[in-house]
Amino acid sequence: MDDFNSETDSDYTSYWRDWFISSRGNEYFCEIDEDYLTDRFNLTGLNGEVQYYQYALDLVTDVFDLDCDDEMRETIEKSARHLYGLVHARYIVTTRGLAKMLEKYKKADFGKCPRVMCEAHPLLPMGQADNPNAKAVKLYCARCEDIYNPKSSRHSAIDGAYFGTSFHNIIFQVYPALIPAKSYDRYVPRVFGFKVHAPAALIRWQHAERDEMRRRLRKLEIESGFKDDEGDVEAEDSEEEEEEEEADPEVFENGEAQGGQVGPVA
Amino acid sequence: MSSSSGTPESWISSFCSLLGHEYFAEISEDFIEDDFNLTGLQAQVAMYKEALEMILDVEPEDDDDEEEEEEEDEGDESIEGEEGAIRQRAVERRHHRMASDLSIIESSAEMLYGLIHQRFICSRAGIQQMSEKYELAHFGVCPRTNCEQVRTLPVGLSDVPGEDTVKLFCPSCLDVYVPPNSRFQTVDGAFFGRTFGALFLLTFPDYDISKRGAEVLGGDRSSRNLPDSQRTDDEKINGFNAHNLAPGLGQGKVYEPRIYGFRVSERARSGPRMGWLRNRPVDLHELDEATLHAAEHPDESDDGAEVESDPRQAGRRRQNGGSPMDVEANGETYA
Ligand SMILES: [Zn+2]
Repeated sequence: MDDFNSETDSDYTSYWRDWFISSRGNEYFCEIDEDYLTDRFNLTGLNGEVQYYQYALDLVTDVFDLDCDDEMRETIEKSARHLYGLVHARYIVTTRGLAKMLEKYKKADFGKCPRVMCEAHPLLPMGQADNPNAKAVKLYCARCEDIYNPKSSRHSAIDGAYFGTSFHNIIFQVYPALIPAKSYDRYVPRVFGFKVHAPAALIRWQHAERDEMRRRLRKLEIESGFKDDEGDVEAEDSEEEEEEEEADPEVFENGEAQGGQVGPVA
Repeated sequence: MSSSSGTPESWISSFCSLLGHEYFAEISEDFIEDDFNLTGLQAQVAMYKEALEMILDVEPEDDDDEEEEEEEDEGDESIEGEEGAIRQRAVERRHHRMASDLSIIESSAEMLYGLIHQRFICSRAGIQQMSEKYELAHFGVCPRTNCEQVRTLPVGLSDVPGEDTVKLFCPSCLDVYVPPNSRFQTVDGAFFGRTFGALFLLTFPDYDISKRGAEVLGGDRSSRNLPDSQRTDDEKINGFNAHNLAPGLGQGKVYEPRIYGFRVSERARSGPRMGWLRNRPVDLHELDEATLHAAEHPDESDDGAEVESDPRQAGRRRQNGGSPMDVEANGETYA
């Protein structure tokens, strides 16, 4: 954000949006159409949210011509960035905005899910609140349906309201073909090949929850969307059996039965 | 250290200070010198003896110079150039190593170190050293938003080298993540292994695993004490301290998709399907009941029944805590 002054001193009224979306740290934003920005209806209610609203809007739409000191200019620039973000949250749930964000999603411009079992599934930016200055942007993975913190500090300071709480869910309603196959794949904590009892009990409970959901959906004849699906709800878990080859029950049976020492080598 | 008093830095500490090797503990020489700890590794590593000597900085006197150069920058042009000269000397002195051997030995030493490391961090001394690194958040924090930056542990998804790179295990959500920095994507996961993560939790049941990594670094002690003092329960569930059993999961920690404030229905094609993965019973005692139920109805259990033949007894024992070292067999049905 500080780069702004140095980069635009001379050339301050041209292509503000181009500059904005290509600035380092602004990779999550798409370019809002001029048409959208100049339709006052789309900006309803934002003049109260943004200081020097009209100047800020002029700056964003490349018609800013106020002669002012640097301090004032910086204030207006800050307002322009804020305004752009707030309009952005509205724009990305329009047909054109969704399409633009979809392209970025396909290129994994928003990063990839850090969860190992998600196999680098691309993320989508999201907000945990729609009002500004509440929460920073997070990244949503449609495969595990969870949210993650951006890796880079230059992204972790962006206001989540610039993406909003709905966009990343709407995009999958509009483009259902994009919904990734859900997977049972998961990590199971083990010690010398053996499951640890407390996490294993929790995992069994979670799997019972999952199977319960699957039964509900089946009753309603709704596709569950699991890739490891099709078969019997009760008879899954093949993925865990694969891991068993490593275990040597003989060695640990004793320790296990007594709940005794299974640990340290030395 | 005793055998390398003249050397400014031992092979081990220089290996551990390489970029990308931040997760490694420094294996004590005592551990390496105990043959029992190296059982079976000879067959897995080329030039085992030489690699072991390199790790321990025990080298034939003549080789000192080349060894150190090789160590600093592997594959350096100048070393290639010296190869001819070195070969000549090798002819003169049979015990003298060839440069080409040196690079093999170097990579063998790294492999051997990694394999010993997998064992070391599961030993008393090793896991202690790793706990100090964990306390200082050397292994980073969980990227999952609802885990609120708790500290993670390095783990492998396989014990066999060459299969996968190191991952980070989050004890708060019991899931594994790719380290954020790409420099860790060349570190073999087998050098940490499948056991360390869970063994750590069993070995140190009293760590407050929901403590944020940033608090550790900021030295914020007060927030650590607060939850402890408020906690009335030293209760154990299935051998785990209840407050340490996946505190990042459950009510309020499961992301609920919403559109304009309304929850997306499960009935929608794009509705939530993965909530179970981040869920946890509100009342953790339900987990004891689940165990009980599984034992009574082995057909419905997806992991097989418990070892205990009497489910009542099993339930009662678990309620009392069981053993923190309690582990389960892999889905075999004993009943
Ligand atoms: Zn994911």
